Amino acid sequence: MNERTMHDLKKLGFYTLIFIVIVWMGLPLLVSTLYAFGTPDDYYNPHRIIPLHYTLETTKMLLFTLGGWEALKNSIIVAVLAIIISFILGLPAGYAIARFIFPGKDTIKLGMLALKVFPVPIMAVPLVMLYIKLHLIDTLLGVALAHSAASLPLVVLITASIFSGTSAELEEAGMVFGLTRFQSFLRITLPLALPGLAAAAMFTFVGSWNEVFAASVLTFSHRTLPALMLTLMETAPDYYKFAAAFIMAFPAIVYVAIARKYLISMWGIALK
Amino acid sequence: MVEVRLENLKKYFDRGRVKAVDGINLTIKDGEFLVLLGPSGCGKTTTLRMIAGLETPTEGKIYFGDRDVTYLPPKDRNISMVFQSYAVWPHMKVYDNIAFPLKVKKYPKNEIEKRVRWAAELLQIEDLLDRYPAQLSGGQRQRVAVARAIVVEPNVLLMDEPLSNLDAKLRVAMRAEIKKLQTKLKVTTVYVTHDQVEAMTMGDRIAVMNQGKLLQVGPPTEVYLKPNSLFVATFIGAPEMNIVEATVVESEGLFLEGDGFRIRLPDDFRELLEGYIEKDVLVGIRPEHMTVKGVSTLEHVTRTAEIEGKVDFIEALGTDTIVHAKVGGNIIKIKLPGHIPLPVGETIKIEIDLDNLHIFDKTTTKAII
Repeated sequence: MNERTMHDLKKLGFYTLIFIVIVWMGLPLLVSTLYAFGTPDDYYNPHRIIPLHYTLETTKMLLFTLGGWEALKNSIIVAVLAIIISFILGLPAGYAIARFIFPGKDTIKLGMLALKVFPVPIMAVPLVMLYIKLHLIDTLLGVALAHSAASLPLVVLITASIFSGTSAELEEAGMVFGLTRFQSFLRITLPLALPGLAAAAMFTFVGSWNEVFAASVLTFSHRTLPALMLTLMETAPDYYKFAAAFIMAFPAIVYVAIARKYLISMWGIALK
Repeated sequence: MVEVRLENLKKYFDRGRVKAVDGINLTIKDGEFLVLLGPSGCGKTTTLRMIAGLETPTEGKIYFGDRDVTYLPPKDRNISMVFQSYAVWPHMKVYDNIAFPLKVKKYPKNEIEKRVRWAAELLQIEDLLDRYPAQLSGGQRQRVAVARAIVVEPNVLLMDEPLSNLDAKLRVAMRAEIKKLQTKLKVTTVYVTHDQVEAMTMGDRIAVMNQGKLLQVGPPTEVYLKPNSLFVATFIGAPEMNIVEATVVESEGLFLEGDGFRIRLPDDFRELLEGYIEKDVLVGIRPEHMTVKGVSTLEHVTRTAEIEGKVDFIEALGTDTIVHAKVGGNIIKIKLPGHIPLPVGETIKIEIDLDNLHIFDKTTTKAII
């Protein structure tokens, strides 16, 4: 076997692997999308694997009659609030960890990760009690706070690594040429860190979007999308489940696609 | 443009365990080009950062003229700085990089335009104003950093090893250019480097630092010819100064006796060496302050001594020849002008310029002569 065929074989193996990964992830998505819009008759027809007749009725029903639209809006509000809260708290912490040396730095970093060890179900009862006392129960802010707590350690660690990746000298140059430390952070470090911060925001968004346990426990009338779908799907026919899956997945896919493009095309140049 | 005065300046890190800068007193004159020279970790960059305001001193004061700036933030000091990594902002075009200090200080728009053009022209980067830093070479980025630093007419211009990331050829060219620029602008400049050639060629005065302390401050030739300590003597000069051990001996005249040599010292050395009779000292002589008898002669020399050695190795540099001679157990390097092919193993007579002989105390390493 000469080098050329070795090279071709490697290439073939590589593309086969990529194909398998795409099929693995894409096929279920495709099938559930098809079923989501297929008519109930086609779905229950045992001679059809792929539906031939399509309808928007199921989706419409879910969105407008069963409260899906409201829940979708709630989910977006909660996710955005979670991003805002965890960034307001996490960004300064990440900056401090990246730029300064202070006692207990490693302990703090480790401690934040240790918080993730506690499973949410264990904290559920005390959390509900606390929320009732604070009048946060069944509010979107309450769910957002719970989601922020979950994503905060990640936000802190991700932003810390992003800030240590942007040179301190660039920021110091800002200070030398007339800015305060905070102004220099806003005008120099922040724009440079933006791609990385977008990634952190993406994690927070997806985390909040998919989170169902805390959302189910903490709300009853103001449900987020996954919480609502979970309740509805206990009794709904199968094709509703596929429609629900589509409604859940679609906004997240759109968001990630946008954020991803943003990640790559900042300034039109690669910042490492 | 101001005079900068450092008074007993100290910076300790790690709760006093690391003394980065340990009590520096230094006055940088108005318009002077002062080079802070020392090995890495000697505290020179920390000193510069304290002048910039990026680091708060543990103790001591910094004055710009009569103004105490010790605790002022960098933005209120009217300084400029060229960073080692250039620190040219990657998300701004070259024009915006240079204009930034002016914009922050709220200069009128046409004035900004005028000054940016002036600085760009001075550094020959007019054609690059529209580009992003990622599209520039290292040397061009360096020019942008310098242009940004001079565009505001700062009180003090600070440079932190600005040439260390350039290749050798560019470094030599930029060295001359920065020096010329500074002479033209007459801005008080503090320049940090570990490169003794940069220090020698650029500085009006050199301040040599080691382990957080200032060892010697003076014009380049003075620091070179009259080093006050063993560290300064060996740190500056390439090839470095020859150092050998010897004993001061008094027997019908004053002698330095060492492994394989005996030098008669002039009588006027006696007073300075009073306390060192029969004691060990370190003797230093620069390679160019010696010659090989019969091959070339020392010029402008009044008093010489002669020792014997054996050629051990020849380094031919083209313009110069470095002769490695074995004297007793020591290897002495002698720098001769021109190409001189001495055969290895030959016995030679080495002539030493006694007026450029240095003698150091063995324990304090301070210069006696």
